[in-house]
Amino acid sequence: MSRLANPNRFQKLSRRVLPWAAGLAGLCLLAGLGLGLFFSPGDYQQGESVRIMYVHVPAAWMALGVYTLIALASGLFLVWKYPLADIVARAAAPLGAGFTLLTLVTGSLWGKPTWGTWWVWDARLTSVLILFFLYLGYIALQNAFDDGARGAKSAAVLALIGFVNVPIIKWSVEWWHTLHQPASVIRLDGPSIHVSMLAPLLLMAAGFAAFFTALLLIRVRSALLARKIRALRLVQAAADPHIRGR
Amino acid sequence: MSEIENFLAMDGHGAFVWPAYGFAFLVLGVLLLWSLRELRSHERSLHKLRPQDPDAA
Repeated sequence: MSRLANPNRFQKLSRRVLPWAAGLAGLCLLAGLGLGLFFSPGDYQQGESVRIMYVHVPAAWMALGVYTLIALASGLFLVWKYPLADIVARAAAPLGAGFTLLTLVTGSLWGKPTWGTWWVWDARLTSVLILFFLYLGYIALQNAFDDGARGAKSAAVLALIGFVNVPIIKWSVEWWHTLHQPASVIRLDGPSIHVSMLAPLLLMAAGFAAFFTALLLIRVRSALLARKIRALRLVQAAADPHIRGR
Repeated sequence: MSEIENFLAMDGHGAFVWPAYGFAFLVLGVLLLWSLRELRSHERSLHKLRPQDPDAA
């Protein structure tokens, strides 16, 4: 872990992984779309609206997975003070917010034909909305202080506190009566959906995960460059006799 | 109705299915373009400050 926390090592690794992640994302998304839209059957109850599952469910998994990554990175940042952990969490947050927004919108579009309503304040939907606000709060807090270190620390604490919402989202359909159906893929006794639907769903999920990995690597690289630029500007300012003389 | 019209109609659910896919690829596209634009902008700034840097564009 500490080897990867070195920004130079991370850059080298990310240069090697990025093309593979991008290629895998393209392949999996194309194959998942093809199977999901053209070859998988409609549902016996929901009909063709079940095809929304192939974007809604992977987005929801990513929304939860990215928040878990942010909480983990925040823990590493607070305990071991790895600067790269803060950079990774900061780079992942807008992506996680995007996946959560996607979950909410596609869920609403799936809810209308299935339940007859766009939105209901039940445990699953409300806890996912809270997750979206946690992402927004995390991003806002990162940028709320003139002192960047204070912002990073406050946001990391919020990320860790907010992590309590992740198991609530996962188990909300078991703990409370909700309109949302219970889990049908990640279950102790195995998936309950047919392989003709499971295959495109898993391909889309792999595509979303690879897409996230590629974007995360791009964003971390971008953040490391921004730090380098800031450091160079400080060095230039310190060396400038006009500025130094003031 | 032709096969394509049938496919697009999604058995009466097209008004829900296609916006879901459209929104999904819009969000993914925005995230991709935003991230790439930010990276290019930083690479250009670094190039102005230190043209010989291997990380500069």
